[in-house]
Amino acid sequence: MRFLQPIFFLIVMLLTAVPVQAGESRGEKGGFDLKEVIFGHVQDAYQWHITDFNGHAVVLHLPMIFYSQSTGFHVYCSSQFEHEPDANLLRKGPDGFYIKGGHDEKGQVVEMVGSQLKPVMFDISITKTVLVLFIDSIILLLCILIPARWCRKHKIDDPAPKGFTGLMHMFIMSVYEDIVKSTLGEKADKYAPYLLTCFFFIFIVNLLGVVPFPPGGGNLTGNITCTMFLALCTFIVVNVTGSRDYWKEIFWGDVPWWLKVPVPLMPFIEFFGIFIKPVALMIRLFANMLAGHVIAISLSCLIFVMFAIEGLLGQVLGSCITVVSVLMSIFMMVLEVLVCYIQAMVFTMLSAVFIMMSNHKHEHS
Amino acid sequence: MSLITPDFGLFFWMTVVFLAVFFILWKYGFPVIIKMENDRKAFIDESLKNAREANERLANIKIESEAILQEAHTKQAEILKEAAATRDAIVNDAKDKANIEGARIIEDARQLIQKEKEAAIADIRKQVAQLSVEVAEKILRKELSSENKQMDMIARLLDEVTVSK
Repeated sequence: MRFLQPIFFLIVMLLTAVPVQAGESRGEKGGFDLKEVIFGHVQDAYQWHITDFNGHAVVLHLPMIFYSQSTGFHVYCSSQFEHEPDANLLRKGPDGFYIKGGHDEKGQVVEMVGSQLKPVMFDISITKTVLVLFIDSIILLLCILIPARWCRKHKIDDPAPKGFTGLMHMFIMSVYEDIVKSTLGEKADKYAPYLLTCFFFIFIVNLLGVVPFPPGGGNLTGNITCTMFLALCTFIVVNVTGSRDYWKEIFWGDVPWWLKVPVPLMPFIEFFGIFIKPVALMIRLFANMLAGHVIAISLSCLIFVMFAIEGLLGQVLGSCITVVSVLMSIFMMVLEVLVCYIQAMVFTMLSAVFIMMSNHKHEHS
Repeated sequence: MSLITPDFGLFFWMTVVFLAVFFILWKYGFPVIIKMENDRKAFIDESLKNAREANERLANIKIESEAILQEAHTKQAEILKEAAATRDAIVNDAKDKANIEGARIIEDARQLIQKEKEAAIADIRKQVAQLSVEVAEKILRKELSSENKQMDMIARLLDEVTVSK
């Protein structure tokens, strides 16, 4: 044990040398492009590049569906487009369609009209993230509907459920009691389905994002579109169910008159608050999950960055860093599992709080 | 940068899938589980309450039964005491009655005996008188068989009468 500490320090010292060496190795032939790997993992793509095996890319090709203004609907398989982009960063596909951008990037689909490239009108392709959304939704439905089926098949005085059903009942009730009910009180039952769906959707998507291979490994809650949609849902629920007091509080709040009469300072701030709250929800979840993914991938990539350094130094550094990287990855994984729960809880709790605030009625004396 | 620009396709699918999931879970998922769990909780609480009450009642019943037993004991003792008193009274009464009756019977017997005795005495007297008369007659007959003797007799009798006068 006495020797472990110096060794650990040595490894950490070596770690500090990484950026310099990595920077040098960049651009060399056969060098390791960290940026491309990381963004390839966290960003959406038209195909699911699972891994490289024996020099061949193992890719799950997915359907591409888009609507072009000039030629209508098109359905292709992503394998019909070339994997490597050409000199203009365009991936050639059939019928004069191209994908802009790198090979694992979800670029815009453009159409060659005449000699000009025109983006297609809308694009509802089943991309990697959409596929992850489907898989996660099915898992979510199974996780909730199986325990719900137990409830329909059993009477109230039957023995308590065991195993997975028991766990899910306990989990659902813990979220319901501690997050929804403790915030919303007697209105809990009205909003519980929405808030619980949010919680379990986010939780399961987060958790499957941590799993490093399919069906996990997608980055759905780390995608701003997903969090934007969820935040939008909360925004709609909050403002549609808002009481008269809530709107009065915004436009004619209980503040000194000079804060609202000549210059409507408070109403202005309050009005922007309506939009800032869901935006905060959106950014918080997105940033947390994206950061988790980036850190996890970066730690794994350190090994490859080190081995990419030429010569003996690369071998030594790579070997050392492997140990550190695996240890750190384990730590980060454990932390990520915690973050998965915390972020789901934070989103649900804040949604519940916003709903509670907008539903609040003042007792006028 | 595509990292922070929302994507229309994903948004479209997100809307479709999330709303579908939400409505399915709203209809068949969470409310069912929450209702079941709340009902079960209420049921368990109710059962616990009932069990506690039943225990209390059982304890009360024990106490009550003991009280009833105690009461029964006292009553029994009382009844026994009363019975003894009644018995004594009856016995005493009977004794008294028997005494009185006995006395009466004895008295009657005595009276009867007295009467019988008197009757017997009267009878005896009569017979004695008769016998005396017969004896006297026989004696007289024997005594007065001669003239002299009759004369003596008359004389003595006359003497006696005069002496007594």
